[in-house]
Amino acid sequence: MAAIIKRYRLILVLIAINLSILILGYDQGTVAFEQAALNLKEMLLVLPPIFVLMGLLDVWVKRETVIAWMGDNSGFKGMLFAFLLGSAAAGPLYAAFPITYTMAKKGVSIINILVFLGAWSTLKIPLLLFEFSNLGIKFTIIRLVFNIIAIAFLSWLVKGLMTERDRKAFSEAIEKNDVSMTLK
Amino acid sequence: MSAFNAVIYMIAVAAMVFSYSKDKKKTRTALKKAWKSIENILPAMLAVLMVIGITMAWISPAFISSLIGESSGIWGVLVASLLGSITLIPGFIAFPLASNLLKLNAGYTQMAAFISTLMMVGIITFPMEKKFLGTGLALKRNLAALIYSVLIAFVIGGLMIWLP
Repeated sequence: MAAIIKRYRLILVLIAINLSILILGYDQGTVAFEQAALNLKEMLLVLPPIFVLMGLLDVWVKRETVIAWMGDNSGFKGMLFAFLLGSAAAGPLYAAFPITYTMAKKGVSIINILVFLGAWSTLKIPLLLFEFSNLGIKFTIIRLVFNIIAIAFLSWLVKGLMTERDRKAFSEAIEKNDVSMTLK
Repeated sequence: MSAFNAVIYMIAVAAMVFSYSKDKKKTRTALKKAWKSIENILPAMLAVLMVIGITMAWISPAFISSLIGESSGIWGVLVASLLGSITLIPGFIAFPLASNLLKLNAGYTQMAAFISTLMMVGIITFPMEKKFLGTGLALKRNLAALIYSVLIAFVIGGLMIWLP
């Protein structure tokens, strides 16, 4: 019980803060709970199938295969694949972070992980259609063209700017999130 | 549930059934891994969702409109970028919001900055991002996205005027 409380202390503190806001009579307290519940619903709807697919990918697809497709030497093919995977996504960007863990573990290169995140953030197809209908074709196309170029360039740039320390922190993050250890 | 969600569910179920028919044990391991992964991010995710809720309550779309709508020029772009980086508004609210602001004479430059940062930069979700990418990489990704968003906003603003 104590362990659970410790694990979830942050959310408990946040709920307590918002409850006090509510009790003090601010409407924002209610709105905050409503928004949080709405987003939680969205996440709980989107996450289970994604995680099931990630789990299946983890046990069925060999690391060598992933490395060949999207690893350090996968070149244009790997990047194209990262672009396609990211744009086929659903859900907010923070739903993509757990996926990068499986990708990294399977040997997807850092550049392709960054491309995947970039594509997920701005190239989601339903979102593009919605942007087009609200802000017009000119705005959408200009942004789209620049974004595609920028995602590739920024991914390359950010990877180049990584220090030895960043690399270590990245591998440590993967290790820390490794759940296969706790399965045995 | 959107059609998109429905498709993902169908793919996941089909993959699961196929996997189970091939190898029961592997499928069970996969499902256990899926559950463990969800449980692993749950504390950070719940906290992030609550912070998003609180932020949305205090920095409402109406409040954002008043800020971006009134400020123009470079100052306006910076305000728009800052708001976009902090807030997390889903596209189906953000695009109509931007569209309305444009009708109220807000500039394309400010809207581009707001939308780009909204999508690419995440200050609130940073704790979750660094859990998976490490602090250094997460920080550099966000900074690169922020600088790009501000620069490209001016280019887009210019092109919206220059292009026919």
